[in-house]
Amino acid sequence: MLRLYKTELSSRLLLGTAQYPSPAILADSIKASGTEIITVSLRREMAGRKSGDRFWSLVRSLGTHILPNTAGCHTLKEAVLTAQMARDVFATDWIKLEVIGNHDTLQPDVFALVEAARILSDDGFKVFPYTTDDLVVAERLLDVGCEVLMPWCAPIGSALGPLNLYALRSLRGHFPEVPMIIDAGLGRPSHAAMVMELGFDAVLLNTAVAKAADPVAMAGAFALATQAGRAAYRAGMLEPRDVAVPSTPVIGKAVFAQ
Amino acid sequence: MDVLVRGAGVAGLAAAHELASRGAHVTVLDPLTSGRASWYAGGMLAPYCERESADQVVVDLGLRAADWWDAALPGSVIRNGTLVLAPARDVREVDRFGSRTSGYEVVKEEAIAALEPDLAGRFRRGLFFEGEAHLDPRHVLISLAARLATAGVSFETDLSHSAAGSFDWIIDCTGYFAADEDIRGVRGEMLILRTPDISLSRPVRLVHPRFPAYVVPREDNTFMVGATMIESDSHGPITARSMMELLNAVYSLHPAFGEAEVIETGAGVRPAYPDNLPRVVREGHTISINGLYRHGFLLAPAMAMRAADMIFQTRSESP
Repeated sequence: MLRLYKTELSSRLLLGTAQYPSPAILADSIKASGTEIITVSLRREMAGRKSGDRFWSLVRSLGTHILPNTAGCHTLKEAVLTAQMARDVFATDWIKLEVIGNHDTLQPDVFALVEAARILSDDGFKVFPYTTDDLVVAERLLDVGCEVLMPWCAPIGSALGPLNLYALRSLRGHFPEVPMIIDAGLGRPSHAAMVMELGFDAVLLNTAVAKAADPVAMAGAFALATQAGRAAYRAGMLEPRDVAVPSTPVIGKAVFAQ
Repeated sequence: MDVLVRGAGVAGLAAAHELASRGAHVTVLDPLTSGRASWYAGGMLAPYCERESADQVVVDLGLRAADWWDAALPGSVIRNGTLVLAPARDVREVDRFGSRTSGYEVVKEEAIAALEPDLAGRFRRGLFFEGEAHLDPRHVLISLAARLATAGVSFETDLSHSAAGSFDWIIDCTGYFAADEDIRGVRGEMLILRTPDISLSRPVRLVHPRFPAYVVPREDNTFMVGATMIESDSHGPITARSMMELLNAVYSLHPAFGEAEVIETGAGVRPAYPDNLPRVVREGHTISINGLYRHGFLLAPAMAMRAADMIFQTRSESP
């Protein structure tokens, strides 16, 4: 069971809701993934008063937890304001906090992130911070009240998969009790399996599913990979060895001359 | 047979034309003076390119659109294909686009220069969809309405309730304004630029992971630049952010666009069903054509033919 701010979940896959070919395909992908948490972006869709109502009622009707995000926010102030709006709109104190530091790579501005996380945690939010794999930043985020971390494994939408295994292992090793969701950079199911094998608690996907040729089938594939990675982590994997170790004994075997 | 077509956007006019050409007596009712999504359309007849994000149905239904429009309004369709390009840094997006689509050839620097001399030396790699076409939506909407009026179709802005009841069939083509709970709005923002410093012969699509955009050349050195896709029903003016993204895209296509005049900015709301595919639904003697989404000019002919088939088949079946 995955526990995020006292909410228990059985699925370890979170799904973003942007860039799907249609709301119908989004809905089917959510079902195929078995996800219990979807992230939604407040910024553009909410411009205007009743705008996007039908899209949101479609999304809401799926019955998953909604994790609003502050995607596209570049400053502390913007992110805090967006979080407050999201709390009103979606009636939840969960917020996936993103503060973008670079317009091009969408790399998080970790300085503003820590400060925003402090303000929002003090204000009663349950903050899910989107961060890099930096250990010290992770520590600061925990210090200011975050109980969940969402480190990237590669830049958003890059589909590169885990780039720095050392940093990810080190993060996991230093904070064994903190729920950590790998957010951003996953491209294919094997990437999801890989980070789950490292002991991360969940993965968040968007582009890798939404932009697949068949998003619904890909959502299912990621669900299986996530489960497989988790199961393997719990089962305890064999560490790689430099020498071959046959699984059947060779001593005492009959040897036939050629 | 008397048919009332509600709505004089692209769906309504295409239906009116199809029905009138099959011998129906058609009245078009539209109280709107603005707010039609098709007025802000790009006018690309690009079924192959649309496959990048749309279902195969859109390709199948859209393949005959260019011929239909050319027959309806001879000379309105320009068959120069579509060019798909990406800046050097995002060139892999071109391959991604290609992996989702068909009906193109990969073009290198020389071929791009031959197709669009003003873009020579700016792009190394692209896709050329030779079988695609485009038209000017505003020219087509105005000319088709005029042509239909000449051919005996009457256009009304208001009709009494009793008069509306006297028709054999009603075709509802009111798009976003229809009373259909499944229809949602998808906002699209666009710009019209004017510059004599650059000319293009065909629509150019710039693929980008976050800000895809297209430029469609029109008459008098003007260019339509579009279009955002926002889950919103807002008809309000274009936002600064959207304008910035569109201008950025077009500037990356050619810096000469930096000196262009901004003739117009606009925003339309596309009517869409949850699957983003169109529907023709019959209920009694009313047929509704809706959900054309971002494929108005591409799919209106197929939808008009489907509605006309419903009407004329029903008539031939009745005793």
